[in-house]
Amino acid sequence: MTGQSTFRVAAAGLAVVASLLAVASPAARAQDEPRVIVITAKRFEFSPNQITLAKGETVKLQVKSEDVTHGLFVRPLGIDAEIAPGRVTELTLTPETAGTYRAICDHFCGAGHGGMKMTIVVRE
Amino acid sequence: MATINGLPRRPDLVLFTGDLTHDTEKPGEHAARMSLFREISGRLQVAKVYHVPGEHDAGLDGGELFRSVFGPTSYSFDHRGVHFIALDNVSRARPEVGEEQRAWLAKDLSRFHPTTPIVVFTHRPLFDLRPDWEWFTSDGDDVMNLLAPYENVTVLYGHIHREDHHAIGHAQHFAARSLCFAFPDPDKVEDKKAIPFDKDQPFKNLGLRVIDRTAGSAAHADTVRVQDVELAMNELSGTEGFDQLLKPPTF
Repeated sequence: MTGQSTFRVAAAGLAVVASLLAVASPAARAQDEPRVIVITAKRFEFSPNQITLAKGETVKLQVKSEDVTHGLFVRPLGIDAEIAPGRVTELTLTPETAGTYRAICDHFCGAGHGGMKMTIVVRE
Repeated sequence: MATINGLPRRPDLVLFTGDLTHDTEKPGEHAARMSLFREISGRLQVAKVYHVPGEHDAGLDGGELFRSVFGPTSYSFDHRGVHFIALDNVSRARPEVGEEQRAWLAKDLSRFHPTTPIVVFTHRPLFDLRPDWEWFTSDGDDVMNLLAPYENVTVLYGHIHREDHHAIGHAQHFAARSLCFAFPDPDKVEDKKAIPFDKDQPFKNLGLRVIDRTAGSAAHADTVRVQDVELAMNELSGTEGFDQLLKPPTF
């Protein structure tokens, strides 16, 4: 019974979202969508190896691996993800502090693992 | 090995804190290096020798090769009233000890009085030394919380290839120098880059130190003498492993 109730609530929520989308203009919808940044990991590099974000901007990182399991770890930005091959790992991020952050692979991937890193710049 | 075997008083035991081997892409070579390490360390004329793996030993295969050569990656034992704990924070590939091992640790510690001297030896630091250099253990705080009730805790670790001492709470964390690939001071340098190998000073920031402590009289403090040991690597020159030392490090 609980499951059915939950489903009804969820379905009602979807209906409300659908009607809101129906009245919003295409331009407004595009504005609301977070920017998507695709990052590819392979032994022993990230591509691109630097991305630039704006403080307060919500972005969606889509991270995929071309070979083995990697990690993407940036403690100050709260990023700690396992990047398994064969799927896209999505991370939504809204940086609140400007700065330059080092992102590292924290899933050991071979002899050059310790140098696998990229830079995330957050501008004011 | 010769330095340790030549000491006037032999150590009771020797602890290795991991990265016994450098990894390689050549099939079979990693297993050969692990066996070579066992053979070389087997020359120690010391009654007890213990090892934990580093990520270069166990990060790619979950510790399978290490276990086949040296046995379990985590365990504990008692020696002269000191409880020693080997912790594995590398074979899950990420810098973590993991829930299962922490549950084992909690059970292992439960039989000891808070004043029991405890020595933990592991590979990565159990505190945030420099997380963006991967010098941390993600659940290190959980491990140290389990150790918090104990008054005499010493943590010995490897990984950072430099000498370091941090006192956190009542635990003392120590790392010793490495035999290769010295790293700079993380408080002074932004980029994690090994200090280049210097042929003229091959053991600058590296190598062994012998520490002598002479007990002082009641009126005088103990005397501590620290002596650097000059090493030579002739035995293995010309091998693939030796050549790796001479190339720019890929850490």
